[in-house]
Amino acid sequence: MINQFEVIETNKMVEEENLDVRTITMGISLLDCIDSDLDACCKKIHDKIYNSAKDLVSTGETIAKEIGVPIVNKRISVTPIALVGGACCKTPEDFVQIAKTLDAVAHEVGVNFLGGYSALVCKGATHADELLMKSIPMALASTELVCSSVNLGSTRTGINMDAVRLMGDVIKETAELTKENDSLGCAKLVVFCNAPDDNPFMAGAFHGVTEADRIINVGVSGPGVVKKALESVRGESFEVLCETIKKTAFKVTRVGQLVAKEASAMLGVPFGIVDLSLAPTPAIGDSVADILCEIGLEYAGAPGTTAALALLNDQVKKGGVMASSYVGGLSGAFIPVSEDQGMINAVEAGALTLEKLEAMTCVCSVGLDMIAIPGDTKATTISGIIADELAIGMINQKTTAVRVIPVVGKGVGEIVEFGGLLGYAPIMPVNNFSCDAFVNRPGRIPAPIHSFKN
Amino acid sequence: MKKIIITVVGKDTVGIIAKVCTYLAENSINILDISQTIVSGYFNMMMIADMNGSSKDYSTICDDLDKLGQGIGVSIKCQKEEIFEAMHRI
Repeated sequence: MINQFEVIETNKMVEEENLDVRTITMGISLLDCIDSDLDACCKKIHDKIYNSAKDLVSTGETIAKEIGVPIVNKRISVTPIALVGGACCKTPEDFVQIAKTLDAVAHEVGVNFLGGYSALVCKGATHADELLMKSIPMALASTELVCSSVNLGSTRTGINMDAVRLMGDVIKETAELTKENDSLGCAKLVVFCNAPDDNPFMAGAFHGVTEADRIINVGVSGPGVVKKALESVRGESFEVLCETIKKTAFKVTRVGQLVAKEASAMLGVPFGIVDLSLAPTPAIGDSVADILCEIGLEYAGAPGTTAALALLNDQVKKGGVMASSYVGGLSGAFIPVSEDQGMINAVEAGALTLEKLEAMTCVCSVGLDMIAIPGDTKATTISGIIADELAIGMINQKTTAVRVIPVVGKGVGEIVEFGGLLGYAPIMPVNNFSCDAFVNRPGRIPAPIHSFKN
Repeated sequence: MKKIIITVVGKDTVGIIAKVCTYLAENSINILDISQTIVSGYFNMMMIADMNGSSKDYSTICDDLDKLGQGIGVSIKCQKEEIFEAMHRI
């Protein structure tokens, strides 16, 4: 039988250490909504999403109440829209109409975000893929809840540099079209290398074509719980440190597993995966950077940061894998700048640079995330940053991503406020030496060799 | 058996257990186990109860207990047993 101290421990995690389930994300295939008529296609999309997800939010709330753990977001991911809209969209504006349909139905069912305004172009882009990419700025400026992602490269195929170049322009244009809101549109746009098909986290969630018709994926959180657990082992050996992280990650992940199973049963939708990522929020005490400090760094970004993050990420996976029957998605520590108070502090103290963040992404998941850069950064420079980050993912057979926000009208040191889970961020300096001639070469970077690893 | 875990946290005062037990008895909820302790100066009580015989649904019981707690100045939480089983048992 459960004893009182176990109950107290669990409830303390929720009340004092920000333990929550970050998201229940329902993946919905829209492949059966394809139609050569745009209006018919939009209607099918609306009906399929509405019928599948109308009970998602209330189910999430019921589960949260029953187990006493908050479920912060309820989200939807859909089949990459470039595939769904290819038959009926002849212009970028046609794709924007689908984006508006998605936004409307997301509002209707009450979810926090809907992801999957996406294209998968890691080797080459179809005409529909190109139209969708070109429509992204308009789509993000005219919708509220729709998130967009583009997979630009993979370990198997190399990197599509034509698309990388195009996305540099797309990010700049998205920033321009949403400049009234500190270029917020870019916070809903991410580019990937090795994008996973079952990611529940935004902005990169989409429902891959290898997935079932509908699926429930859950993303856990819990940096605050790990930080608190580590406070009790200050000065102890690496063995003790790692064991503590593993045990904590196990407990946190079990909550996610329970929520996923319950939601799956209540909604009659199969359980997909639990994503083991440590996902911070701007709330005090819910920070991955604070864990790094607790491990022994003055600030995230100090020498030792990459090693500490590698250790953390690996132990979280080791603890989490046993706690869930199916693990997937991104599964790794997130190091977004604006969504993590500890990261913001590190940037403001001058301890953390873009280059160090890039090094950190070699050992954890996601990549350069929620980084505000000066609005006058050139599109080719953004493409260069993207190419660098994707190369890390391609060579290391891992997911990497870039979500940078060139904030129109603002420069280094100024603060941008995104609000809610997206937080705020000081604008970071970018290396402005030119990479124009590199980025402007047409074609793609070939797939890397899979032997002779060094 | 539909087991629920009821936790009461707050400043110790006369009649906390009596009031909670009265509510449970009135609603045919059977108490299986009670333990209490003082953690950092706060009164902590945990009850394991079976709500199989209750005519009220889970959500109503939660809301009622929450209100009851507010009335006596303590926090009363009601959770399904599964969350603790999941976290603390392999």
